[in-house]
Amino acid sequence: MPPRSKLVMSLEKTSVPNSTHIIKDKVVISDDWTVLRLNEGETPEGVAVPEGKIIVPLKVWQAQRGNLQGRQDLGVWFASDERPEALKDDLAPFKVIAVDFPKFADGRGYSIAYNLRKRLGYQGELRAIGDVLRDQLFQMVRCGFNAYATRQDRNIHDALKGLTVFSETYQASVDNPLPLFRRHERGALPELSDVGAGI
Amino acid sequence: MYRYDQYDHLIVKERVAQYRDQVRRRLSDELVEDEFRILRLQNGLYLQRHAYMLRIAVPYGLLASRQVRMFAHIARKYDRGYGHFTTRQNIQFNWIKLEESPDILAELATVEMHAIQTSGNCIRNTTSDELAGVAADEIVDPRPYAELIREWSTFHPEFAYLPRKFKIAISGSEQDRAATAVHDIGLHVIKNEAGEVGFRVLVGGGMGRTPILGSQIRDFLPWKHAMSYLEAILRVYNQYGRRDNIYKARIKILVKAIGPEEFARQVEAEWQDIKDGPSTLTEEELQRVANYFTAPAYETLPATDAEYERLKAEDKGFANWIKRNVKDHKVPGYAAAILSLKKTGVPPGDITADQLDFVADLADRYSFSELRVTHEQNLVLADVKQSELYALWKEAKAHGLATPNIGLLTDIICCPGGDFCSLANAKSIPIAQAIAERFDNIDFQHDIGDIELNISGCINACGHHHVGNIGILGVDKDGAEWYQVSLGGAQGNTSSIGKIIGPSFSAHQMPTVIDRLLQVYVKQRIEDERFIDTVRRVGVTPFKDFVYATPIKAGHVTGEDVCA
Repeated sequence: MPPRSKLVMSLEKTSVPNSTHIIKDKVVISDDWTVLRLNEGETPEGVAVPEGKIIVPLKVWQAQRGNLQGRQDLGVWFASDERPEALKDDLAPFKVIAVDFPKFADGRGYSIAYNLRKRLGYQGELRAIGDVLRDQLFQMVRCGFNAYATRQDRNIHDALKGLTVFSETYQASVDNPLPLFRRHERGALPELSDVGAGI
Repeated sequence: MYRYDQYDHLIVKERVAQYRDQVRRRLSDELVEDEFRILRLQNGLYLQRHAYMLRIAVPYGLLASRQVRMFAHIARKYDRGYGHFTTRQNIQFNWIKLEESPDILAELATVEMHAIQTSGNCIRNTTSDELAGVAADEIVDPRPYAELIREWSTFHPEFAYLPRKFKIAISGSEQDRAATAVHDIGLHVIKNEAGEVGFRVLVGGGMGRTPILGSQIRDFLPWKHAMSYLEAILRVYNQYGRRDNIYKARIKILVKAIGPEEFARQVEAEWQDIKDGPSTLTEEELQRVANYFTAPAYETLPATDAEYERLKAEDKGFANWIKRNVKDHKVPGYAAAILSLKKTGVPPGDITADQLDFVADLADRYSFSELRVTHEQNLVLADVKQSELYALWKEAKAHGLATPNIGLLTDIICCPGGDFCSLANAKSIPIAQAIAERFDNIDFQHDIGDIELNISGCINACGHHHVGNIGILGVDKDGAEWYQVSLGGAQGNTSSIGKIIGPSFSAHQMPTVIDRLLQVYVKQRIEDERFIDTVRRVGVTPFKDFVYATPIKAGHVTGEDVCA
């Protein structure tokens, strides 16, 4: 039988609106952006967007574009069922773009990130928000994320280790646009190599 | 066969280290079970009824003898002395301790094996033709492409959390032996009129609750584009596959909902972004991999061996085995021999540690130290000299591995079912055993001829019941185990999904149900007609009418211990 969990579930979902620390470009930094999430009853048109550094839902941006587009410190976030093409030719207003992972096992955010980077050519901060955990960070960095608002009930310094699990990968992705066979001469037999000997 | 280079080794070793740390964090409660479950599944570790089960990947069914010896070692050291070959050409062990699972992976890594992506909502082990490279009807050897897909799909960062599991099968022969029509993606390696190699691409086949045959979305994809095109298919699926209902999350549901034409159009749109990009395969890369699959050192032999012909004429048992278990080889004087793991009294696909060591020895002595696993859960020695078949047969027979029943009634495909699997609604192994015992007479089986009997213990269809000529599905009715019977399913070039014949039966009734179905076949068949062809010609009705004509004694309706 598996060991029983001692962690209390209520710790896992925090309602803290803004992370105090995130991982960005492989270091832990303090962060003062706030993610705006609509509460029940609020609408994209009607919700008041607070002043300051704020990351708004895509729907709020689309509904309140007129009011928001002059803002200096504006970010936008995608829900997992939204498509990056919604911001085609419209990336300039944002200092940060975030992608929400409602559950870590919902993998749509990886394709959103990929297309934001590769199809739309987005160069700025791309942040994973929501159920962001250590064991998914390696996939995230590969798909183009460079910032991670990891879950508040977990140690962010532990999470950092998730970024460096593998030192080689087979496929091309955002972090490494060439597949392994275009990066390295392959075919050295294992007995002629001591690679990974220390693992 | 393929050998790891330094990069393959590095990735697998780093995976062992990652997994070892995940287990450590679970045991110290840094990881909760809900999180760990998804992580361990991506490494093939399931929690079953009694213990953990570890499923080890056998890429496209190919094994070296030293790998098979490692399985024997694992069976003895970490399990209860046996393993089970699966319908995805993998092997699984049923009595694993979580704490020991990282050590098993470390041992596997020493023989270039792993359990990566053998479960979970990711791209699973790519399956292929067990006669790849040796089949007389082969057009193109699919193994290099299967290996390229293995590497491409291993830890693909974007497709680790798909809506549901994702299975690819690849075949390169006239006869499809890889069940490509019931896979999320089925690839046929073919040549066009100019002699160039490419793929016919099927998408959206599958079994489970909604059995569907795959739809062709491309008739010829040049081989260089294989990876980028697969990536485009997966990207469409990852974004648009349903995630609200586990039973509607496979790609087949998406393809069915929007239609194959629209799906193909969306793939094409995604593909335009990446086509001809860096993922495009090169001649050098194909050659690097293909070099591992060159022909072994075959001798120049006559097409037929006189002594072999004499023994075949003299020994009926040997002749039976040749007829069913030995397949044509493209090299004169050689044959592919199938070792049956379907001996009556043994759960289909099960093999003991001693048998594992023994088949490794056979591979060393008779077949260039290689073995293949079939998706029908048998083993193949693919390169045996015709002149050595008799000696091989004698040895295999002495170890219970020469039942001459390949493609016959008792060559049953069967999932582990309710005896092991926590998903199962009903047991499947006892049903297979009861049927095997009832029809153990090999002459009777040879008279019935080609027939596929497939058994699944639940709707997930690991036992491929939808494509069995006779399919048996375990169902739960008010807490009791019942069995639904379908007829007319088939795999291969003329794949079809079976039709349910009527109300379900108790475990006790099943051998009689099969008996009645066979009686109708024997009565209706025209000279040499296979069971499936008779079903297709006369339809399901005569079978159904006879099966339900008079009551069958129900016995223990719970299905418990019917064949103990």
